[in-house]
Amino acid sequence: MSNSFWMRAFLVRYGTAVGACALALVAFWTFALILIPQLAMVDFSLRPNLPPAEVGGPQDVYTLEHYAYLVRGSAGAGGYNAVDLAVLARTLAVAAFVTAIDLVICYPLAYLLAQSPRGGWTRLLLLLLVVPFWVNEILRAFAFRILFGASGVLNDLLLAIGVVDQPVDFIRGNIALYSGLSYAFVLLMIFPLYNAMENLERSQIEAARDLGASRWRIHRRVVIPFAKPGISSGCTMVFMLSAGALATPQILGGPSSLWFTQLIYQWFNTGNNWPRGAAYAIVLLATTIALVLIAMRAGKVRLAEFGK
Amino acid sequence: MATVEIDSVNVRFGDVHAVREVCVRVADGTFFSFLGPSGCGKTTLLRAISGFVEPSAGTIRIGGENMAGIGPHRRPTALVFQNLALFPLMSVWQNIAFALEVRGVGRAERRRRADELLEIIALPGQGDKMCHELSGGQRQRVAVARALAAEPAVLLLDEPLSALDLKLREHMRGELRAIQQRVGITFIYITHDQGEALTMSDQVAVMRSGAIEQVADARTLYDRPRSAFVASFVGENNAFKGEVTALDDQHATVRTKAGRFRARCDRRLREGDTALVFVRPEAIRIAPPEDMENRVTGTVAATEFEGRVWRVLLDVPGGQRVTVAQVHGEANLGDHTARSTTIGFAASQAIALPDGPLATE
Repeated sequence: MSNSFWMRAFLVRYGTAVGACALALVAFWTFALILIPQLAMVDFSLRPNLPPAEVGGPQDVYTLEHYAYLVRGSAGAGGYNAVDLAVLARTLAVAAFVTAIDLVICYPLAYLLAQSPRGGWTRLLLLLLVVPFWVNEILRAFAFRILFGASGVLNDLLLAIGVVDQPVDFIRGNIALYSGLSYAFVLLMIFPLYNAMENLERSQIEAARDLGASRWRIHRRVVIPFAKPGISSGCTMVFMLSAGALATPQILGGPSSLWFTQLIYQWFNTGNNWPRGAAYAIVLLATTIALVLIAMRAGKVRLAEFGK
Repeated sequence: MATVEIDSVNVRFGDVHAVREVCVRVADGTFFSFLGPSGCGKTTLLRAISGFVEPSAGTIRIGGENMAGIGPHRRPTALVFQNLALFPLMSVWQNIAFALEVRGVGRAERRRRADELLEIIALPGQGDKMCHELSGGQRQRVAVARALAAEPAVLLLDEPLSALDLKLREHMRGELRAIQQRVGITFIYITHDQGEALTMSDQVAVMRSGAIEQVADARTLYDRPRSAFVASFVGENNAFKGEVTALDDQHATVRTKAGRFRARCDRRLREGDTALVFVRPEAIRIAPPEDMENRVTGTVAATEFEGRVWRVLLDVPGGQRVTVAQVHGEANLGDHTARSTTIGFAASQAIALPDGPLATE
């Protein structure tokens, strides 16, 4: 069926007035709240950083200087902006790593929850997973600092047991950061996985087992293909949000490790260079989208499956 | 050889005693059915044979080998699930060849074997379709083929026809029987539908409340039920309750509220026992000859014309309603409605059994 058919069916079903209202709201959402501000940012990123008086003046022409800066550094210096590019690469790599950790943690958990009988402790477990999400990001990040600090709970414990004789610097080692980010987005991974796996008939797993499949093959051939839409939407969300996180890296990141969002923040704020900040933000957006699309193509996931 | 020997098997889930002391021997190469109402434990028993449920007591031997502690993936059985459980993201041939894939058989060989099985289930050339592109009956056969691909010694089928409509179900009975005869392995079939069990099976075990009531071929079950439950569950039956007043070597005389009836019986009945006399609707004659020994006069409450047969419902003394089935002939039995009518049946066509619970369905 074509999209226009559904559109017409929608209008017939709910009446023209209600239908038009719904469409107008969606249009407003898409254009006014998403497209226009983003396009304004794109526009920003393509203009020089001028004092207010010169905005709209002869010098206010489109330029790629901010994008060039991210790649080549200061004009005339030659070479590459190794520092900023490394931060970008590291941010994306760590975000991918965090995504992988969450997937590894959530897949078995979601599988167990989805395959165990509904209600009772399953519901309680899901609730327990939601509760940490009520705590705001800053509070959560500082709580992790307390947990992972040099005289934090974890170090006290390790010292008491005698596993280590010196406090471990979890902050400098970025263990705190990885843990904090993974923890923050666990929920966004587990729910899409759980939703997808919940619809998998138990008898399919039994059938595969009855036909002689090992545990590993059951997952590879039956569970994972079935849960793929959930896996990809979970991974996409965790990856996008970790790459775009600001407070958690700021609070839990080691002294030598900068998150790309922190660079963006610096340009907007302390650097007082909105066009450059906008350019950096757009590069982050574009690269994350590109990586997601590449990953989806590699995993043979179609965009249409996302809404499932 | 894959004889299935079920020896004093019990399955308990907490307080629920789902399977009680089941002893059955399923001969190699036969079509064997477990028949019973829902909740009688037949599915649990099937899961115990396939290895998904471990019996609380008793042993299951397949081909002489004790199956205790052997998981479903290592048993010489394959299960066809009630909801089929085909893998939706694999094509038809990949579904069928899954058991071979598991064993590391190469792709070309898998494909060849799947095509062979598609021939057996009369779906040649459909291997590249997805399962949802097939009709219900076709999917059904694919599920059977997928199980057969594992080359099991015993194929277990858990009410696989229950999702199909009536016409297709009747057609599939013949198909399944034909497939069983073609491959020649043991089929163990679970159903609550007596028509399925009787038409397809060499042997049927009737189950009630987790226990076996009777194991026999279809005709024996119908003609010589061993218990009141079997008599009332398999086919339609009229039951008259009463007291045994006389016994000779093969017949009992039972005094019921509707009258005194003579019927076949076995040695379990004693004089003075409460007994049930069962007589099939088609064994009852309207306006019986003078010398027919069992007779009762009642009022026709209703007549139903079903085409092939007339169904006459007769209220007899004692407040009981008797169903009589007569093959449609020249007489218009509808004329009998509200009239006083005498019916009769031969002692050889009736059976007296010890009192016991009836099927309530």
